[in-house]
Amino acid sequence: MSLQHYLVISSILFTLGIFAVLTRRNAISILMGIELILNSCNLNFAAFSRFVTPPENIDGQIIAIFGIVLAAAEAAVFLAIILAIYREFGSIRPDEVDTLKG
Amino acid sequence: MEFTLKTFIFYGFALITIASAFAVVTVRNIVHAAFALMVTLFGVAGLYVFLQADFLAATQVIVYVGGILVLILFGVMMTSGRLEMRIHIERGQLLLGGGISLALLMLLLTVIANTPGWKNLTDDGTPLPPTTESIGNLILGEKFLLPFEVVSVLLLVALIGAALISRKEVRD
Repeated sequence: MSLQHYLVISSILFTLGIFAVLTRRNAISILMGIELILNSCNLNFAAFSRFVTPPENIDGQIIAIFGIVLAAAEAAVFLAIILAIYREFGSIRPDEVDTLKG
Repeated sequence: MEFTLKTFIFYGFALITIASAFAVVTVRNIVHAAFALMVTLFGVAGLYVFLQADFLAATQVIVYVGGILVLILFGVMMTSGRLEMRIHIERGQLLLGGGISLALLMLLLTVIANTPGWKNLTDDGTPLPPTTESIGNLILGEKFLLPFEVVSVLLLVALIGAALISRKEVRD
């Protein structure tokens, strides 16, 4: 297993996440796409920490742990906003939330 | 590279991760997509094990599968009636989004294949010491103490903010 194996896997995860964010018309599916993107970032941090820096140096893994914490906070706030939108509009399709549209 | 059991398991994990991530973005039923996401998160945890990041793998399983995924399922439960379970996709957006994603993937793969410093960095298979103790020392030592404290304040802010946004409106 080389660094490039991990980079290829994480770039595939990243593009699938971008694809979900671009095409899905449901706020929770968009959240799932964002989680895929964050996972690919964390995988990159861990892989670079293993292969590029000396193996005893695990700073990259700590950054990945901070990334997981940020993902948890982001998911909680995202779902709170989705609940508020559902109560206001009765739907979580992002294109139906168009109060600010001119 | 000789084809040992270890590489076989590695490719198995990689295949499971990518196939289930593909299911997450293509399946029409949102509950099925959430369970496919669970498989993806377990697959990424397995890849962390191959990177000898044992603490990170455990954190991934506990926080993502035990926390975020349950949160997502709660969100599905509270916002989706029978009609909303199926995800609407428009054809034009599918083509445009697919084109943009494919172009991005090609760009990333070209960069990965052609960056000179990233070639021939392979895993020689020597076992590293377990990381939990050094992670604790680093987080509570001088190097990462400030980010650790900032992140704890951020979690508090997210907790209060989420509770405030999602509560029922009080009418006076």
